[in-house]
Amino acid sequence: MKILVCISKTPDTTAKIAFTDNNTKFAEAGVQWIINPYDEWYALVRAIELKEANPAITIHLLHVGGTDSEPIIRKALALGGDEAIRVNADPTDSYFVAAQIAEVVRSGGYDLVLTGKETIDYNNGAIGGMVAELLDFPYVALATGLNVEGSTATVKREIEGGEETVEVSLPVVVGCQKGMAEARIPNMRGIMAARTKPLKVTEPVAAEPLTLVAEFGMPPAKAGVKLLSADNVEELVRLLHEEARVI
Amino acid sequence: MSVLIFIDHTSGMIKKASREAISYGAQLAAQLGTTAEGVLLGNVAEDLSALGQHGVQKVYHLQHTNLDHFDAQVYTKVLAQVADQTGAQVLVFSNNTSGKALAPALSVRLKAGLVSGAVSLPDTSNGFVVKKNVFSGKAFANVAVTTERKVIALNVNAFTITTGTGTAEVASLNVDVPAPKTRVISKDKSSGKVTLSEAEVVVSAGRGLKGPENWGIVEELATALDAALACSRPVADAHWRPHSEHVGQTGVAIAPNLYVAAGISGAIQHLAGVNRSKVIVVINKDPEAPFFKAADYGIVGDVFEILPKFTEAVKKVKGVA
Repeated sequence: MKILVCISKTPDTTAKIAFTDNNTKFAEAGVQWIINPYDEWYALVRAIELKEANPAITIHLLHVGGTDSEPIIRKALALGGDEAIRVNADPTDSYFVAAQIAEVVRSGGYDLVLTGKETIDYNNGAIGGMVAELLDFPYVALATGLNVEGSTATVKREIEGGEETVEVSLPVVVGCQKGMAEARIPNMRGIMAARTKPLKVTEPVAAEPLTLVAEFGMPPAKAGVKLLSADNVEELVRLLHEEARVI
Repeated sequence: MSVLIFIDHTSGMIKKASREAISYGAQLAAQLGTTAEGVLLGNVAEDLSALGQHGVQKVYHLQHTNLDHFDAQVYTKVLAQVADQTGAQVLVFSNNTSGKALAPALSVRLKAGLVSGAVSLPDTSNGFVVKKNVFSGKAFANVAVTTERKVIALNVNAFTITTGTGTAEVASLNVDVPAPKTRVISKDKSSGKVTLSEAEVVVSAGRGLKGPENWGIVEELATALDAALACSRPVADAHWRPHSEHVGQTGVAIAPNLYVAAGISGAIQHLAGVNRSKVIVVINKDPEAPFFKAADYGIVGDVFEILPKFTEAVKKVKGVA
C-alpha cells in the first residue's frame, strides 16, 4: 500500500505576523518556518504509525514549494517516510496546489492521501476536498482517527457535537486533525537517515489560480482590559449583563 | 443567476450556522440584485417554508436514501447539479464540519474560486472581494475571486441571523444521486449539550485548575451560562479533557459572544483560536498573564474562589437562584 502525505510550510506558531509591499505580502524576514502542524503532528505521524504496524506500507511525502523548503522536507523525512517529492513551484492558491498534488497521485498510484485539516497561515482547509474532487476519490474531512485493513479504511471524523465513524474503500483522501496521533520529535537515527533519503524534484503542471489575495490587514486593537478585584465578582457579572450585554 | 445556500441539519433540525449562512446569502443576493435560494439534502422535521423568514425565496428539498448520511463526494455531485440547473452564480456554505468538506470540492467541480472562512459580505464595488481570517485570526485577508462563479464558506458566528417575515417556496429537482463510497458505522453524539463551534458562550479552563478532578466548578459555571466547555492545549494533551474541547491555533477556532478563560495564561497560540470572541473575560492569579492584554474584563485572583462566586452571581442575574 502507498500513502502520500502532503506537507505544507508555515510560519512558526509564535511568529510575528506583519505584512510588506503595501500589505500585499507576508513579512518573511526573521520568520522561522515549520511543517504545518496538522500535516506533521497528525497526517505524517499517523502514516508512520501505520507503517510501523505494517512494514509493507510505503510512505511518500509531497510538498509544493521552492528550494528554500528543503529543510522542512528533510525534517519531515527525519520523522519518517521513505522518500519525498517537491513540486518546484510557488504555491499561489489552494486550487493550484491541489492540482499539483492530484497530478502526483495520478502518476504515483497512491491508495491513501493524507493532508492536515488546514494550514495555520491561510486557514483555507481546502486542499483535501479539492484533491479528492480532482481525482474523484471519496473524502473524509476533519478526521480524528484512521485505521487501514486490507483495502478498507476506517475513519473517525468530527461532526457538530460529536464524532462519527465511517468505513470507506481505498483510494481515499483524509484531512487529519487532533486526536489522530501524538506529535513526535525526530531522533538522531532518523535525522541521519533523512540525509540520504531520496528527494525528487518535479516541475509543476499548468493550473490557473481561482483566487488571489488583494490585501492583508490586522484586526483592530482591543480597547484594553477592565480589571476588577477578586471580591467583586458580582460587579463583573453586572457589567457583562448591562454593559457588554452578553449574559 | 442566483445565490444558492447549502442548508445543513443534524438530528432533523437545521443548524444555527446554516441560518447564519441563509441570512448572509439573502443579503448578498439583495446586494447583487438577484434571488436567494436554499438547498437541503436529506430528511428534516422542520417546515422549510419557514426559512423564508431569513430571506430565502425558494428551498430545494432533495430526498434519497443515498442522501440520508453525509458523504462529501455524493453531496458534491448533487449540489453541482442543483447549481447548474438553477443557474447559481454564488454558492454559500457555513464553514462548519459539512461546509469544510463540501465547499472546496464544489469550487473545483464548478471552477469557482473559493473563499473559506469568510467573515463579511463581499465588496462588489470593484470585482468580488471577500474578507476572511488568516493566521488563525491574527490577521485578515481580502481575497479577490477571479472566476465568474464563486463559492463562499462563511465562518460560524461571524454573521448575525436576520429574522423577518416571509415564506419560502419548497420545490424539488431531478438529479442523479450516486451511491456513497463511505458507510457510517457508528455515531457518537453528546445530545442536549451546546456545540462548541456554534456556542454563543464558552467557558474554558487551563492548567490553573490543577487537575481534571477540579472541573466541577467549571462545569457549574458553564451550566449557569448555558455555555459550551473548552480547554487549553496542555489540558487536552494531559488528557484531563477530551481533544474536542481544545481551542487554539492547533485546536478548534471559535468566535462566541462571550469567552470566559479561567486559569489560562493566554499563550499566543491559544489567543489565535479565541481572538474573534466578542467579549473575553480572563480570571488568573498571575497579574502578568499575557491573556489580560487580550481581555475585555479581568479578575486577578484564585479561580477556585472566583468561579463558584461567578456561578452564583450569574444565577442571580438570570433569576434562577
